[in-house]
Amino acid sequence: MTIDWAHFTPLSALAGGALIGLAAALLILGLGRVLGAAGVVGGALEINHADAPWRWSLIVGLVLSPLLARVLLGVAQPIFAAPWLALVASGLLVGFGARLGSGCTSGHGVCGLARLSPRSFVATGIFMATAFVTVFVARHLVG
Amino acid sequence: MKRNVFALAVGLIFGLGLCLSGMYEPAKVTGFLDLAGLWDPSLAFVMAGAIVVALPAFWLARRRSAAWVGGAIELPTKRAIDAPLVVGAGVFGIGWGLGGVCPAPGVVDLGFFSPGAAVFVASMAAGMLIYRAALGRRLPGLRLLTQDA
Repeated sequence: MTIDWAHFTPLSALAGGALIGLAAALLILGLGRVLGAAGVVGGALEINHADAPWRWSLIVGLVLSPLLARVLLGVAQPIFAAPWLALVASGLLVGFGARLGSGCTSGHGVCGLARLSPRSFVATGIFMATAFVTVFVARHLVG
Repeated sequence: MKRNVFALAVGLIFGLGLCLSGMYEPAKVTGFLDLAGLWDPSLAFVMAGAIVVALPAFWLARRRSAAWVGGAIELPTKRAIDAPLVVGAGVFGIGWGLGGVCPAPGVVDLGFFSPGAAVFVASMAAGMLIYRAALGRRLPGLRLLTQDA
């Protein structure tokens, strides 16, 4: 394994992570809900649910955040390098898998681990493993 | 109204964290997921930073019953390591590896007016609706898998 020192950003990663943790802390103590992006989006699609309004508000906050980030942090436009067909497949699998597995990177990987939930440790280990294998196959076997 | 303003602020902070950490950028995520190439460990530091801050909040949340803005604190109660959890996480990871995007960064990247993000988020919403249709037993093959999800 070779570390990519040119792209490794430990300090901004830790600081950005701390903000993500702060958002999770505020949501559980303030609204009493676990911050999982898949749950927020999936729940927002159930528009008659009592939790749909705050979920849509959170989504609006996420969508508006790049406006602030551009001004405060000067971040650049993200680049979606994957072909569109791969992005469609990726989205379908992410959406379906996150709902079936009751969580995504934020729900299991951040909040679940912070709750010391055994289910989330298992889920995070599995999705990390299948993601590692997928990238290996796509980049080093097929690509 | 108060709940909506609070949730909007949480979304802004969450999104800023994803931007600051670089996780809104698919290449940054795949840089972590590509163990055999040049490896960028940043994502692990993002998770560590987030967990360190969130851990005491969840510790506190377990000892409280009411949320600040009103209503009850709801924590997941499921304990079983079951087939939906294992299969769902496995499928999720394959999708995550394919695009380098997971739900929150996908939504944040809509704010950059990125066409790729729109394709990803629309497909993700479709995947979630397909799951719900499967739950509604219109896809009988998935019935066993999803019956207790």
